Amino acid sequence: MPDMKVNEKHVTVGKQFHDDPRMTMRNVNVFYGEKQAIHDVSIDIGKNEVMAMIGPSGCGKSTFLRSLNRMNDTVEGCRVEGEICMDGESLYNTKLDVVELRARVGMVFQKPNPFPKSIYENVAYGAKIHGLADSRIDLDEIVENSLNKAGLWKEVKDRLHQPGTGLSGGQQQRLCIARAIAVTPEVILMDEPCSALDPIATARIEELIKELSENFTIAIVTHSMQQAARVSDRTAYFHLGQLIEVNPTEQVFTMPEHELTEGYITGRFG
Amino acid sequence: MNNSAENLRRIQKSLKKRYFVERCFLWSGRAAITLGLLAVLVLFVDITSKGYGAFRSTEILLDIHYDADALGIDNLHDEKQLAFADWDVLLKNALREQFPDASGRKERKQLYGLVSNGAGFDLKERLIANPKLLNTSEKVWIIADDDIDTYYKSWLSGDPYAERMSEKQIQWIEVLDEQGAIALKFSKNLFTRGDSREPEQAGIWGAVMGSLFTLAITFCLSFPIGVAAAIYLEEFAPRNRLTDFIEVNINNLAAVPSIIFGLLGLAIFINFFHVPRSAPLVGGLVLTLMTLPTIIITSRAAIKSVPPSIREAALGMGASRHQVVMHHVLPLSMPGMLTGAIIGMAQALGETAPLLMIGMVAFIVDIPQGFTDPATVLPVQIFLWADSPERAFVEKTSAAIMVLLSFLIVMNMTAVWIRKRLERRW
Repeated sequence: MPDMKVNEKHVTVGKQFHDDPRMTMRNVNVFYGEKQAIHDVSIDIGKNEVMAMIGPSGCGKSTFLRSLNRMNDTVEGCRVEGEICMDGESLYNTKLDVVELRARVGMVFQKPNPFPKSIYENVAYGAKIHGLADSRIDLDEIVENSLNKAGLWKEVKDRLHQPGTGLSGGQQQRLCIARAIAVTPEVILMDEPCSALDPIATARIEELIKELSENFTIAIVTHSMQQAARVSDRTAYFHLGQLIEVNPTEQVFTMPEHELTEGYITGRFG
Repeated sequence: MNNSAENLRRIQKSLKKRYFVERCFLWSGRAAITLGLLAVLVLFVDITSKGYGAFRSTEILLDIHYDADALGIDNLHDEKQLAFADWDVLLKNALREQFPDASGRKERKQLYGLVSNGAGFDLKERLIANPKLLNTSEKVWIIADDDIDTYYKSWLSGDPYAERMSEKQIQWIEVLDEQGAIALKFSKNLFTRGDSREPEQAGIWGAVMGSLFTLAITFCLSFPIGVAAAIYLEEFAPRNRLTDFIEVNINNLAAVPSIIFGLLGLAIFINFFHVPRSAPLVGGLVLTLMTLPTIIITSRAAIKSVPPSIREAALGMGASRHQVVMHHVLPLSMPGMLTGAIIGMAQALGETAPLLMIGMVAFIVDIPQGFTDPATVLPVQIFLWADSPERAFVEKTSAAIMVLLSFLIVMNMTAVWIRKRLERRW
């Protein structure tokens, strides 16, 4: 077993920066009250890149992901320090409104969480609250396009007005993805989107992530190393709140630079 | 160390005891429920057996001659003449004609006592409704006096109660009964009139209307205020000492004896703001104070039961906190809130003590027409009637309790129905 202690002054190994970044994070620290959950993380997420974040339970990868669209704001006592920028604009700068930010950075959660409304209402919700559609026809088009992109249109086009909660787990998760892309965000954050799904549904979502990466930047937290290997361009390995290694996915899974990464991917702990 | 055979033996030994304890638990639970049901059954049987009589009242068939001369009326459209006319004279004439044997002041008085004091006014209304009747005759069922009513009902059931009857009156009733001119009829008065000193004239309609007006005020105030407070405390308020303090005090308020709310209402609404006393308005205000904590507590529970994943989904879509509440939290928690509100309303409907303090215990004959008319409410009416000495009020009291209980049952069933109907599963 490798030495699991983390150095006080840890340096991330690998290629944590990107030439054409969508989001840049520098020296990010996240605290829950007194407890520090994220230690000094610096990383870039490139345009139209799929970035996978892996690591053992409690390593802070979800916390880090949630600070990218300020979902941590809703958590009592949570504090984010450091610089998180999107297209050069600081997120925690008061000038950038959180509502606007979340329209630009969409999120898909671990457990499928469609609203207890119709499928149509679910997808149309974002467009409605942000005033993106001028007419009913516009809205219909947004709904159809988003469901199409999420690969769900064929399955649900005859029952758009039935409750979204009546779909299967995998369909619900694709509905949530459709809902997120309906407002055409630049970045989509996915927090273990397949952990509640069966293998077949998981495969569909993974295919979908591949397709979406043509138009969107995606950051995905996952427990499954195989999934990270299948869908992502680069992989970041987190350990006890520190970013240990960032490298192209292929390299991480074949020749990890850091011994902790190696220990994790070879299944010695995690 | 125990070997597995020894362990198995011990487990088998303990099984008997375990199942015994389980059976004891089961039976004590069943006994508790049976006891509860039995108590409810006894209550219902007792009240129904006492009160069902009040839904019918004794009436006497008399041949009434609307004699314009006897009334001293020549114009039916002259309010003054109608007001001053002696309507009882019609009844007295009819009764004398029926029983010419009544002689002397005393017997005449007993004879006139067969019918209700207020029956003359019923004839007035009949005549006004149909002016052609003037100077003609018709057979009319006239409502009997409450003593006659009590006697006749007890006589029919084979156990006559004749304490307040004279021998003459008993004879007359037997004669009337032979002629088929005395009978039990559905008591319209009970459902159309206000309170009265005469049991046969007293009805609960005034109290029902008073209760409705009072509850309308209570609901219109306590539901929006309670829901708004709950939403603020649950969704927007920061968690600090002040909100903790508020929370503790809301829970305390729910446990404050209701009469204290009555005193508060008397001091603030009546003495300071000069809201008219005895009115549904002030009653509703006081009951609002009393119901608010219940509604706030149940609404907060309903809001808490909305899964956080729904909130996160909406926030993640870029909904503002206000939109999260309006679009998601409120619709999802509405069934729970409504259920809480209805239960609070049912409490308010049955509340007596605070209303005594603000004058809703007054004797009010007129049926309230609005929020500021003097009124009384159902439970207070029950209290008033239970306090009245006339024997006929005993069954009236039970009848009023039956009406109140049926309102409560309907409200609670509505609450259950709403919960079943609107409940969503995630």
